[in-house]
Amino acid sequence: MPEPVEGADAALLSADNLVKRFGGISAVDGMSLQVKRGEIVGLIGPNGAGKTTMFDLIAGAQSADAGSIRLDGAAIETLAADRRVALGLGRTFQIPRPFPTMSVVENVMVGAQAQSGERIWPNWFSMSRVASEERLNHDKALELVDFVGLSHLATEPARVLSGGQRKLLELARALMADPKILLLDEPAAGVNPTLLASIVERILALNARGMTVLVIEHNMDVVARLCRHVTVMASGRLLAEGTPDEVARDPQVAEAYLGGLAA
Amino acid sequence: MTADLAGILTYGSFFLVTALSYAILCLGLNLQWGHTGLFNVGIAGFVAIGGYTSAILTTPASDQHLGGFGLPIAVGWIAAMVTAGLASALVGALTLRLRSDYLAITTFGVAVVIHLVALNAQRLTGGPFGIGFIPRPFGDLADKPLLFTGLNLALVAAILLVLALGLERLLHGPWGRVLRAIREDEKAAEALGKSPVRLRLEAFTLGGAIMGLAGAVHGHFIGFIAPDNYQSGLTFQVWAMLIVGGAGNSRGAVIGAVIVWGLWSVSGLAIGGLFPPADQARASSLQLVAIGSMLVAMLLFRPGGILGERTIVSRWVKQR
Ligand SMILES: Nc1ncnc2c1ncn2[C@@H]1O[C@H](COP(=O)(O)OP(=O)(O)OP(=O)(O)O)[C@@H](O)[C@H]1O
Ligand SMILES: [Mg+2]
Repeated sequence: MPEPVEGADAALLSADNLVKRFGGISAVDGMSLQVKRGEIVGLIGPNGAGKTTMFDLIAGAQSADAGSIRLDGAAIETLAADRRVALGLGRTFQIPRPFPTMSVVENVMVGAQAQSGERIWPNWFSMSRVASEERLNHDKALELVDFVGLSHLATEPARVLSGGQRKLLELARALMADPKILLLDEPAAGVNPTLLASIVERILALNARGMTVLVIEHNMDVVARLCRHVTVMASGRLLAEGTPDEVARDPQVAEAYLGGLAA
Repeated sequence: MTADLAGILTYGSFFLVTALSYAILCLGLNLQWGHTGLFNVGIAGFVAIGGYTSAILTTPASDQHLGGFGLPIAVGWIAAMVTAGLASALVGALTLRLRSDYLAITTFGVAVVIHLVALNAQRLTGGPFGIGFIPRPFGDLADKPLLFTGLNLALVAAILLVLALGLERLLHGPWGRVLRAIREDEKAAEALGKSPVRLRLEAFTLGGAIMGLAGAVHGHFIGFIAPDNYQSGLTFQVWAMLIVGGAGNSRGAVIGAVIVWGLWSVSGLAIGGLFPPADQARASSLQLVAIGSMLVAMLLFRPGGILGERTIVSRWVKQR
């Protein structure tokens, strides 16, 4: 794990007063959150609270109407999504987005960063460099495929994967980029109990090796097992923060979820 | 060897030189459309840029058009790739951020403008009469038709082979993998740090450069170019070739070029034999009908083309 620059308490990721409007509604309405180095932070809230939109803003898939985002000390809110990845931000999608005709291991290889072979010239004029990078990538991708338990499907096209397996593929693909922080959008949704346990295990294993994680999750059991710190969002805003137990007991939080049901 | 046989071989080589020039063009379109999904309906314009660039740089001095540089043919061909590539990069930079139908309309318009420039910028292009006396490869052997066309065939085939192998290397390596990733899910590719705009622009530029090279190669083989060579009919032919052969597959692109050009030539010969000279100009539109019918049949019965897309993504990953 790299030594923190500004001391152990400095936030690796901090988003301040982010705003995103869609026509009349503000999906994200002045939301802030911080994730410290080495933490697993849970981002929870009722359906439509703006959690996924928040991820999109942080990752750059959508641009914020206002607010600022810092990753490891650098302001990233004006950077395109692909530049943010280069700075160490990795994410998965709530609805997995595999590259369907590519094999599982090739899907993972796409995640590799700073590849000379992704430029035109080296493919013709520095072939040995491209070849050796590719061999390393292939080995690393196979290891990650193994890590998420998809080895038996490594050469199958990703389109044959089940929903839960796609979640695992996305995890491996994001890890291929060696991110400093992983944004996981409902990694356990729609996953059977056995697979769910294995996903939770994988995330904890990553964290034990120093990976910082921000995770959106509805399953409170999963949240309780993963996180010591939880941020609750409702209607685009920060509603509460604390340990999983504290927020679970917070009447405001309960009401937000019930209100969501009534609406 | 009888004179007849030599004649047939010469005709066959002549036919194949043109067919393989088209095949080069198809490789360019295959890169843009087959692998990247970029809808270029202005192919003729980029071919024209290549053809004129090389003609102007290599012809002897003439008061009919810009020229007199007398540079070697190889220099003309490289310059053709550069100018056609730059034109593609410019068109691409202006449109690739927009949706694909804007690219289609823009490329169509660009081709029309280029045709008009070729037709009207007389001091540059020679106007409607075009540019003649373009040096032909192996030109000093032109009085031995079989040898001359045979050597030209070998040259074009060699260029085609080098391009096809070069593209293969590119497309079955990391660059091609990212290109495919972007085509399959742009958002996911961005979330993995890839820049769709850069990749598309590169593919469009490289494809355009290849089209420019094809224009130069063919212009030098015939020795003469004129604006009417570069109209939408050419664009249509190249599309037909790629669809028939199979988009996304270099071998398919070459096979499609030979088949469609064969059908075009045979139907041209048939019209020459069947119709009196006075009606032949009008009857030649039957050639378009022949190609169109073949396209329709293809789309109905074998929509992926003769060979269809190859799904090898990386030469580094073992396929089962
Ligand atoms: N592209 C969009 N256009 C219009 N409205 C949108 C768009 N994306 C999200 N919204 C709206 O913004 C609000 C927040 O959506 P978001 O997907 O961020 O919620 P969420 O907290 O992730 O919900 P869930 O738990 O159901 O995934 C919702 O009301 C949604 O309908
Ligand atoms: Mg969501």
